[in-house]
Amino acid sequence: MSSLAVREAGPAAGADSGTARAPRPRRRIALVPTLTLVLGAVYTLLPVAWVVIASTKSGHELFSTFTFLPGTGFTQNLKDLGAYRDGIYWRWMGNSALYAGLGALLSTGVSALSGFALATYRFRGRESVFNVLLAGVLMPPVILAVPQYLLLAKANVTDSYLSVLLPQILSPYGVYLARIYAAAAVPGDVVEAARMDGAGEWRIFTRIALPMMIPGMVTVFLFQFVAVWNNFLLPYIMLSNDERFPLTLGLYTLLAQGSNQPALYTLVITGAFLAVIPLIALFLVVQRFWSLDLLSGAVKS
Amino acid sequence: MPNPRRRHLFKVAASAVAATLGATALAACGSSDDSKAESGPVSLTYWTWTPGMDKVVDLWNQGEGKKDKIHVTVKKQASGDSLVTKILTAHKAKKAPDLVQAEYQALPTLVSNGALADISKDVGDAKSKFASGVWQQTTLGTDAVYAVPQDIGPMMFYYRADLFKKYKLTVPTTWEEFAETARKLKKAAPDKDLTTFSANDSGLFAGLAQQAGAKWWTTSGDKWKVAINDTATQKVADFWGGLVKEGVIDNQPMYTPAWNKALDTGKQIAWVSAVWAPGTLTTAAPDTKGKWAMAPLPQWSKSENVTGSWGGSSTAVTTDSAHRSAAAKFAAWLNTDADAVSALAKDSGIYPAATSAQTSGAFTTAPDYFSNQPDFYAKAAEIAKTTAPSAWGPNVNVAYASFNDAFGAAAKNKSDFGAALDTMQEATVADLKKQGFGVSQ
Repeated sequence: MSSLAVREAGPAAGADSGTARAPRPRRRIALVPTLTLVLGAVYTLLPVAWVVIASTKSGHELFSTFTFLPGTGFTQNLKDLGAYRDGIYWRWMGNSALYAGLGALLSTGVSALSGFALATYRFRGRESVFNVLLAGVLMPPVILAVPQYLLLAKANVTDSYLSVLLPQILSPYGVYLARIYAAAAVPGDVVEAARMDGAGEWRIFTRIALPMMIPGMVTVFLFQFVAVWNNFLLPYIMLSNDERFPLTLGLYTLLAQGSNQPALYTLVITGAFLAVIPLIALFLVVQRFWSLDLLSGAVKS
Repeated sequence: MPNPRRRHLFKVAASAVAATLGATALAACGSSDDSKAESGPVSLTYWTWTPGMDKVVDLWNQGEGKKDKIHVTVKKQASGDSLVTKILTAHKAKKAPDLVQAEYQALPTLVSNGALADISKDVGDAKSKFASGVWQQTTLGTDAVYAVPQDIGPMMFYYRADLFKKYKLTVPTTWEEFAETARKLKKAAPDKDLTTFSANDSGLFAGLAQQAGAKWWTTSGDKWKVAINDTATQKVADFWGGLVKEGVIDNQPMYTPAWNKALDTGKQIAWVSAVWAPGTLTTAAPDTKGKWAMAPLPQWSKSENVTGSWGGSSTAVTTDSAHRSAAAKFAAWLNTDADAVSALAKDSGIYPAATSAQTSGAFTTAPDYFSNQPDFYAKAAEIAKTTAPSAWGPNVNVAYASFNDAFGAAAKNKSDFGAALDTMQEATVADLKKQGFGVSQ
């Protein structure tokens, strides 16, 4: 508190023009939140920094040199990772991209369609459907993995790409978000006017509603992409052929090789580091849509 | 040791298993090409975590398997308790693979869930290739055979030969001497520890208790008897708890970066481990290569010569397999055929369970890390012969989880290990009852 008072006194003594005074009140309230945010950022970024630095260390340096001292083995680690079992790591990376990319795209499509329907059509049982979905949002996907496995086993599709994609296409949270967003972003008048002009329902959705919903759907896509990319249990139960494994699973097999085998720490750390890069890249690329999303929510009244 | 009372229990268990078998067999007849099993080509899947297993299986697919038209496909998995859960989940859907790799302590769990097939008729004379204490783990004391042993982990004592010399320590042959050595080192170099008691490694503690003669799970009548807090285990717990309390050994977990560093820099100068330790030391302590030596585990009394085991696994055939005898044939070949076992040793780095393989060509030279001890494997084979029998039950995972919690807290607070042992006993018994097993007190 005392430091806060000193900070306040500083600029007040030096600055006497009205224009200089303007930013002062903002600075006063920003100190505590800023500190909290900085602390939060350190807390979340420190492990990432650890991964980045550890991935540059050779197996020799990993545990013997100072934790945050960069090592010299990065290129060798990359080479070893690429050489491990004829480059199966890159296959896992491709699988992850397929599961997360295609899965999130399909999931976003389903969410948009059902969210739009729930928001604009009045039909019997609409609220019950929505309530069931809300219950689905509260259900952690982890506890659904085993029942989903047993169901897909009946349909004989386990241990296939489909077995990982299918259960992740319907995301209750995505539908929920899409409905909220569609209700806010697609005015009923517009839909009504389109109908008067003779547009079919499918045309209304694809040509009028969907473009209005795009920013919200980008959010759904991002959420779903990250969820699938990081998912472990569902693919773990569904897949037994390691050529179909996503990254999470592949890296896990590198760690758990049985007690008589050294764990491949350097490979796992380098692999984990490379696995975050696509996520960061995706966020950077889609960021602009995202801020638009937050803004457009506020503009609409 | 075929105990008649135990046999009775397993008759009960076996009939339950048989009922399940019947059901699966019927299901198999209805849905799959069971009739083809005997004549046409057979395709089997095999879940294993052993690195390099695909190369060993290729030997089969190019040779023996080609002749018999039995093709095996390896699907590499991650090791650990989670794999047991995965197998059981798959078994629930009748989709478990034909062959699975399973640690010895997981076999009772898999058998009591009806997931493993009795392959006694299909493995031929495999029994004669293994030490009886090893083979007994795959029969669970019955006439059935649920798996073929693959690798074993007889426990040994590893120490820094150079530092032992420097501090004028002798290699302990009894646990009493072990404690003395720890005290002597603490006096000579207060910043060093002989070793650590890791509360994260239940397998190590189970092995130490096994050496002391503990039998954690036994059967009487048709009931399980759990004796985790028996006098033998109590002795082991008190011994290690006493050393931790006294402060002459460390109480930090193993397999952490800090532990690696402690081994690599000589802060810890000994390690109670198993035959696979060279592999671990290679990554954990790369700078001290050639400075370590291996000796038999210290004994509880001078006249004894026994060791425990830490790790080791087997190859089992599941009840979901439509081609059980073909699968059993492969399992027997993989773990007894001379070429197969030496390939396993070379490509996968395992220490084979088959006794003749332990002294075969692959084990004439010491592991690279122990090049200073040329008779490493000859010594290891001698020690392997002294492995005490083990007694696993259907909920080892629960006992192990409870060990991690109770002993973790006790080691951290340097409090009484005996109380932690009681907690472990209670948790294990409670879980057995919850699962519907009969438990005798």
